Amino acid sequence: MVGAATRPDPRPAESPDEFGDLDGYVGALGGLTRRDFLKFCTGIAATLGLSPAFGVTIANAATSPRRPPVIWISAQECTGCTESLLRAYHPTIESLILDHISLDYHEVLCAGAGHQAEEFKHRSMEENWGQYVMVVDGSIPTRDGGIYCKIAGETVLDIARHTAEGAAAVIAIGSCAAWGGIPASDPNPTDARPASDIITDKPVVNIPGCPPNPYNFLATVLHFLTFNELPGLDEKNRPRFAYGRLIHENCERRPHFDAGRFAREFGDPGHRQGWCLYQLGCKGPETYANCPAIGFNDVGESAWPVGIGAPCFGCTEQGIGFTKSLHSLSSVQSLTPPTAFPRIVETSDTGITPAAAALAAGIGGAAIGAGAVLASRLAKHAPAEGEGPGNEGRREDR
Amino acid sequence: MAINRRAFLKGMAADGAAGAAAVVTIGATGEAVAGGGFQRTPFEMPADAVGLLYDSTLCIGCRACQAACKEANGMAAEVPTPYQDWNEGLWDSPTDLSGDTLTVIQVYQDGNMAVKDRAEDGYAFMKRQCMHCTDASCVSVCPVTAMTKDPVTGVVIHHEDRCIGCRYCVLSCPFGVPRYQYDDPFGAITKCQLCTNVPDQEYSACAMVCPTGATLYGRVDDLKAEARLRLAKDPGAEHAYPRGRIGGDNEPNVAPIPVYQDDFYGDNILGGTQCLTLAGVPYDRLGLPLEAPDFSYATLTEGIQHTLYRYMILPAVVLGGLVTLAWRNSRRHKPEDWD
Repeated sequence: MVGAATRPDPRPAESPDEFGDLDGYVGALGGLTRRDFLKFCTGIAATLGLSPAFGVTIANAATSPRRPPVIWISAQECTGCTESLLRAYHPTIESLILDHISLDYHEVLCAGAGHQAEEFKHRSMEENWGQYVMVVDGSIPTRDGGIYCKIAGETVLDIARHTAEGAAAVIAIGSCAAWGGIPASDPNPTDARPASDIITDKPVVNIPGCPPNPYNFLATVLHFLTFNELPGLDEKNRPRFAYGRLIHENCERRPHFDAGRFAREFGDPGHRQGWCLYQLGCKGPETYANCPAIGFNDVGESAWPVGIGAPCFGCTEQGIGFTKSLHSLSSVQSLTPPTAFPRIVETSDTGITPAAAALAAGIGGAAIGAGAVLASRLAKHAPAEGEGPGNEGRREDR
Repeated sequence: MAINRRAFLKGMAADGAAGAAAVVTIGATGEAVAGGGFQRTPFEMPADAVGLLYDSTLCIGCRACQAACKEANGMAAEVPTPYQDWNEGLWDSPTDLSGDTLTVIQVYQDGNMAVKDRAEDGYAFMKRQCMHCTDASCVSVCPVTAMTKDPVTGVVIHHEDRCIGCRYCVLSCPFGVPRYQYDDPFGAITKCQLCTNVPDQEYSACAMVCPTGATLYGRVDDLKAEARLRLAKDPGAEHAYPRGRIGGDNEPNVAPIPVYQDDFYGDNILGGTQCLTLAGVPYDRLGLPLEAPDFSYATLTEGIQHTLYRYMILPAVVLGGLVTLAWRNSRRHKPEDWD
């Protein structure tokens, strides 16, 4: 276990006989000589696919001041989230767990195993009660008391509840932990629930995705480490920096959507030319995530499902991925229709300007004045025109 | 004729009043006896009439129909003045039907526009194009039969070679559809003809490209049956919305039924239209007239005109009266009075 390597038991070495009894053994590496310890660290580096020189880094990290401990609880999951995390490059996972955090318990990355690992987890929790970061990976079964997923004889349900009690922050990584994911899909035989259903007394940060982009997780953790507070969250407790926008909004194929160019079936000319995948069932228009903006695996912007021609599956969105059928059309979510849409009745202008009103009033006033003058003059001439002979006389004049 | 200015004006006023009264009487009578009297028999829709069913609740505002329409009809992109500061002509963005735009997606907006297809604090899309009225006003008013109704498909067709550019059709249409190319010195009237004018086009381009089935092509009877089927289902129930044309090979779009208005638009209003509309917000908010009779205005105008001018009897009587009057006046005043 990497975390164990970073925190050797400071107590003096026990007698070598006790190696046989792991149940009573309390310090996985505490009994080693310096040489053996470095050899172990180099071995860990090799396990992680690092150069042997990192063994020294690990050793240094092990003796550096205390870093925030992280307890990673795995429930009903596929390890995809961890696999995704292992493929991060900035920071790399080893720099994260060696320089920034102390990953005290993680079932996949544990160097130790069995009671040894369990023991270490309990001790870390005791020592750091109220300070450690808890990460939940996978959904938690609740049917029949949660017996469908047990670790070290304890149900994950109990483990999650107990671990959460002493956690400073809880992060649910992956769609299983965030919404229930695959285990919670119909018919949900284990009554799998997301972490936020089990841990109700403190906020659970959701990093949904199947798997989530590792940087969304790393950035959340590093934000917490740097500022000692969580990043801004949306109403579904997702970090806004990562899940603030629809995939549709940043999608590189969006212009094709706006121009009405849709791939009709896989492999047709439109599909081959990179047209919009909406009609193939792309869930981008109703899924919030930053996939098109940052891509996966640091190999370029197109390294995400839509980029390689597969419609978005909606894995990060509650009620879409694992719920809605693959090829059903998404209902386009947008808070307001774009302003570029003409209205039913298009208003042409903003109304009357004060200058125009003043001009109109001036003209009106002048007209009234002129009318009044004209009327008064007519009144003066009226008696002369009223008589019949006057008219005839005028005609004779002509 | 010894008539002074005062008497002349009095006479003019009386004539005007009598004329107005006559018009009012004819109008009132026409309304009162709608269905008989002046009104002519409404036209029947051809048995194989074709049209479109536009379902506003399915529309996602992608404007694929707009683009496809322009392409099929070979029309130029249009950038209205308010958009020209950011749009240099690359992006077709018509605000309304025009001489270069036969169909356009418009949006109804209210309040904070939070929910689609809701009248209050919501929004809804609307596709505008020719409704292909069963008894079309534009066909009725055209003095040179440049607008005709296809006897088989019922499509209202505009024959540019016959058109004299009087633009009566523009004024007569209750939906404001036919438009004139005012910016062209040799402009023409343009309107949607359901792509019957486009060579080798199987059916309307707008329906062909619609990804959701919001614009659906088919026989009007089939479209009405489809609309009634949607209206009969409970909101939330799943429905397989046909895409493209009814009876085509496209996969249907399976989606839940939304909350619709009580009926679809275009069954009887204004004599019925071949293009039907379904929506979740009241139709008048989408720019479709609801306060309109169940018969085409053409039945009334044509009825009145054809009654007044039947066999030219009434014009002959009026002319006779005028001639008599003129003759009597000229006899009363001898030529020597004409000084």
